[in-house]
Amino acid sequence: MPNYRIHKTEYIDETKRVSFKYDGKTYFGYEGDTLASALLANGIHLVGRSFKYHRPRGIVSCGAEEPNAICQIGSKKDLTEPNVRATELELYEGLEASSQNCWPNVKFDIGGINNFISPLIPAGFYYKTFMWPKSFWKKVYEPLIRLSAGLGKSPTEPDPDIYDHKYVHYDVLVIGGGVSGIIAAKMAAKNNFKTLLVDDKKILGGSTIYQNNDSIKIDDKLSSEWLKNEIQEIKKLSNLTIKTRTSIAAYHGYNFLLAKENLTDHLPEEKKKNKIRQRLWKIRAKKVVIATGSIERPLVFNNNDRPGILLSNSINKYLDYYGVTCGENIILFTNNDSAYETSISLHKKGIKNIIVDLRKSASSELIKQAESLGIKIYFNHVVTNTFGYRKINSLEIMKLSEDGNTTVGNKIRLSCDCLGMSGGWTPMVHMHTQSGGKLDFRDEDQVFLPKENSEDQISVGSCNGDFDLENIIDKTVNKINKFLDIDNQDYQDTNIICSKENDKRNIWLLPNKIPLGKTKCFIDFQNDSTAKDIKLALTEGFRSIEHVKRYTTTGMATDQGKLSNMHALGIIADTAGVKMGTLGTTTFRPPFTPLTFGTLVGRNVGKFFEVVRKTSMHEWHVENNAEFENVGQWKRPWYYPKNGENMHDAVQRESKAARDSAGILDASTLGKIDIQGTDASEFLNRVYTNAWSKLAIGKCRYGLMLNEDGMVYDDGVTTRISENHYLMTTTTGGAANVLSKLEDYLQTEWPELDVYLTSVTDHYSTASICGPNSKKILNKLFPNLDLSDENFPHMSFKEDKLENINCRIMRISFTGEQSYEINIESKYGHSLWKMCIEAGKEFNLTPYGTETMHLLRAEKGFIIVGQDTDGTMTPSDLQMDWIVSKKKFDFIGKRSLYRSDTVREDRKQLVGLLTDDPKEILEEGAQIVSDVKSKPIDMLGHVTSSYFSPNLNKSIALAVVRSGKTMKGQKLIIPMENKNINVTVSDTIFLDKENKRLNA
Amino acid sequence: MFLINCPFCGERDQSEFSSGGEAHIVRPKQPTELSDDEWAEYLFMRKNIKGIQFERWNHVHGCRKWFNVVRDTSNDKILSVYKMGEKPPVNYK
Repeated sequence: MPNYRIHKTEYIDETKRVSFKYDGKTYFGYEGDTLASALLANGIHLVGRSFKYHRPRGIVSCGAEEPNAICQIGSKKDLTEPNVRATELELYEGLEASSQNCWPNVKFDIGGINNFISPLIPAGFYYKTFMWPKSFWKKVYEPLIRLSAGLGKSPTEPDPDIYDHKYVHYDVLVIGGGVSGIIAAKMAAKNNFKTLLVDDKKILGGSTIYQNNDSIKIDDKLSSEWLKNEIQEIKKLSNLTIKTRTSIAAYHGYNFLLAKENLTDHLPEEKKKNKIRQRLWKIRAKKVVIATGSIERPLVFNNNDRPGILLSNSINKYLDYYGVTCGENIILFTNNDSAYETSISLHKKGIKNIIVDLRKSASSELIKQAESLGIKIYFNHVVTNTFGYRKINSLEIMKLSEDGNTTVGNKIRLSCDCLGMSGGWTPMVHMHTQSGGKLDFRDEDQVFLPKENSEDQISVGSCNGDFDLENIIDKTVNKINKFLDIDNQDYQDTNIICSKENDKRNIWLLPNKIPLGKTKCFIDFQNDSTAKDIKLALTEGFRSIEHVKRYTTTGMATDQGKLSNMHALGIIADTAGVKMGTLGTTTFRPPFTPLTFGTLVGRNVGKFFEVVRKTSMHEWHVENNAEFENVGQWKRPWYYPKNGENMHDAVQRESKAARDSAGILDASTLGKIDIQGTDASEFLNRVYTNAWSKLAIGKCRYGLMLNEDGMVYDDGVTTRISENHYLMTTTTGGAANVLSKLEDYLQTEWPELDVYLTSVTDHYSTASICGPNSKKILNKLFPNLDLSDENFPHMSFKEDKLENINCRIMRISFTGEQSYEINIESKYGHSLWKMCIEAGKEFNLTPYGTETMHLLRAEKGFIIVGQDTDGTMTPSDLQMDWIVSKKKFDFIGKRSLYRSDTVREDRKQLVGLLTDDPKEILEEGAQIVSDVKSKPIDMLGHVTSSYFSPNLNKSIALAVVRSGKTMKGQKLIIPMENKNINVTVSDTIFLDKENKRLNA
Repeated sequence: MFLINCPFCGERDQSEFSSGGEAHIVRPKQPTELSDDEWAEYLFMRKNIKGIQFERWNHVHGCRKWFNVVRDTSNDKILSVYKMGEKPPVNYK
């Protein structure tokens, strides 16, 4: 096996050998490696296939910008993870990784055929091809595209890992632990700011930490040595917290940032166990220093995507940090000085290399050093093509013309096994723009820079466009002093020698003799978009960068265009003949690098996903086999199946029992609002449609509450407990919103009213007993209470004691039966329920759930707000004009009831429906029409509630129908998939219209 | 995510609050005397400003009090906070 690890470094622990599997084969690396550096040490460049053309692709970078080396980690159904960047994944014993987007394997990939038919799949191919015939989309095109789309595989079972959230507050947050970040953090912490420094790598120091060129020095030391000292010093500062392996994912307004801390991703399986995998930090910082650095740009030329072609600076890091060379015969292709650092490093380690430089000439100290070492430099030359299928083996260069627009002279073919490219540097302005900052364009080196720094955030170092060491240190110190309003003198006398210069020859799309249409000049490696695609988009009329991006998919892969966006912009600017700075950029959206769902949800999984509210009777329902229904956050018994009954049978039995003898419902979930104050009656007058002032103490009244637009909002029964004391009930789902609405009016519109509102929903439990025998059961429970209709009529309220515990008993009915609601303090709810059940035994007291409740009330034509109404129904639409007071001066929504729209006669109105076949049960939500022959069919309305009534022995339904009020007796049709159902419009009340049962 | 300075509780995270739309829209005292158009003006018409906006917020997961906020919608900066019934600060228009 080849070994490309050619020297020892302090970052690789050669005493700790680590074995790992890649594509099923076992390899070895060392502690300190990333998966990418370990693969390169084993001579592996080819790590995947490109998305569209399935071209072989190799490792390009050494960081978060990596477009190609993304792999699937692990194979377990619950733990496998797709799209992990090999350049960021720290190696651990037992790591299993595999390449993605290739079948049957990375070396021979069937999809590679796409490469040869590529002229047939240009930009916008999907949009253009899969348009017609329309009917093909769903059945043919979409399944095919889905089959070939997507990179990795999602886990198919729940994630067993533990994730955590943490909230923190700091005076200063410094993002990035490179040279400028370390200086900023030190200055802040030494001046008594509580400071947090985060860096996404395992160790601090950025790219300076492995710098070893002795022509770049600070205070007469190698810059890396100087920085190590600084790091030692800041670790001693007591009010500085340092978090490594922590990356900022999002920068929101008001300096609220999200950071992901990796805690166990670098550990072997057995050490990961029972530990928190990742922690999401929610950071509020008074001030934020952005020191996120910059990333190197690739160059755009024909076949610039072969395995073995990397960013020049990455070759340098693999060599000086990991001790790994990316090849033995390397060519560096550059338009600026930074590739010379790589070249000199390679040379020192005995790696043969030559430089191809776009510039006509250059003469910095660094270049002189390279020349003096005898490194061959081709100035004013351009790479025009590369060769080699699974790895680069040679390339062609040509001389550039004077203006740089074409090539001249003869091709020179050079052999190599690795090509490093450097197109200059792109400042990482993501954080700045995410925070709302704008960008400026600097023409001289074609970079976008943070425009203004606010009093809350500042960018320093190379993310601010300061690329050479002298500039970085001087400017950072000055800016931080000003930003924090301090006068730190630590770096006053620092002596910096930097031999690099900023001179650069920028050409976005490099010239070539071959027509563009026949080249493959890649811009976005992961999504396979080329310079040709960008130009095609422009030819076809796309102008906005946001449109070109979406049409060509440039920058839309998992790397979000970290390497590609600038080139796309540059080529658009050149082609359209405009200045790049005027184009603007696409939006930099969070997260900076992908986040796991686990990190985002933290501990809020499983039973902690949402709050579950249970009544105090809940355990009884569970013991008695109730099926539950979610109503808001509440768990409500839905029905109580007996002896293997299905829902229909259980509901039929429960409904019949409630009307024939007695039924009991847990009504604890209904919203309850305690209303007190001298203006309580006036307040109710204003919020309900009907009049309240004359309601006697001890009486109950049903009320309908509207929105200001006149539409029904909520309903419920309110009881007058004493002169200035009412208890309002609301729907279960509406309780919180009703309270908020009432508080809003009270605080903002009617602050003069003396009214106090308290939610008491959870304070009382309610058992509702109904049916002809309910009075007998109540009598057993409350023997001293006079239950006669004279003393305790329908819609009234009494207080009594059950074994010394106070109970509020309301005689109110939602079923049409004689009915009592017993309210007791919640802690006694369970006992109350059991006593009711015991007392009701001889009367076949049957517990019933929400489904039976809905059926019973539908028989009586009582509406359910939210089921029979949908926010567009007025009281009149519901045929409830009787509840709207004509006399009251005002109430919420009154004026809206006679707007031109609300008085229309052809509004949808609530009606009853009876099916011609009494056994036929309608589907809720089904459309209602009068004629199925004329097309388009005129939709008149829809079914809102539908049941089979065991008490009437027929199907009943409520519906909203256009002009329904005038249609009684009319025939309508419910068209279903396989038949038309004939129905007749009826009254909304199906049972006991005279209300005889209430006082039976 | 805003930091909102509740006039009753002090600075709290935005997640404790709910927004209640435009401020200083007074419910007409005599709705019955308004034409459909006048009522619709009160009921439906809201400003959508780029710049300084007066809006209502409710400290719903805190003291449950409603109050007013002056916010620049172009940069989300909250410029002032004041209680219900108080006049808006004169320096913002």
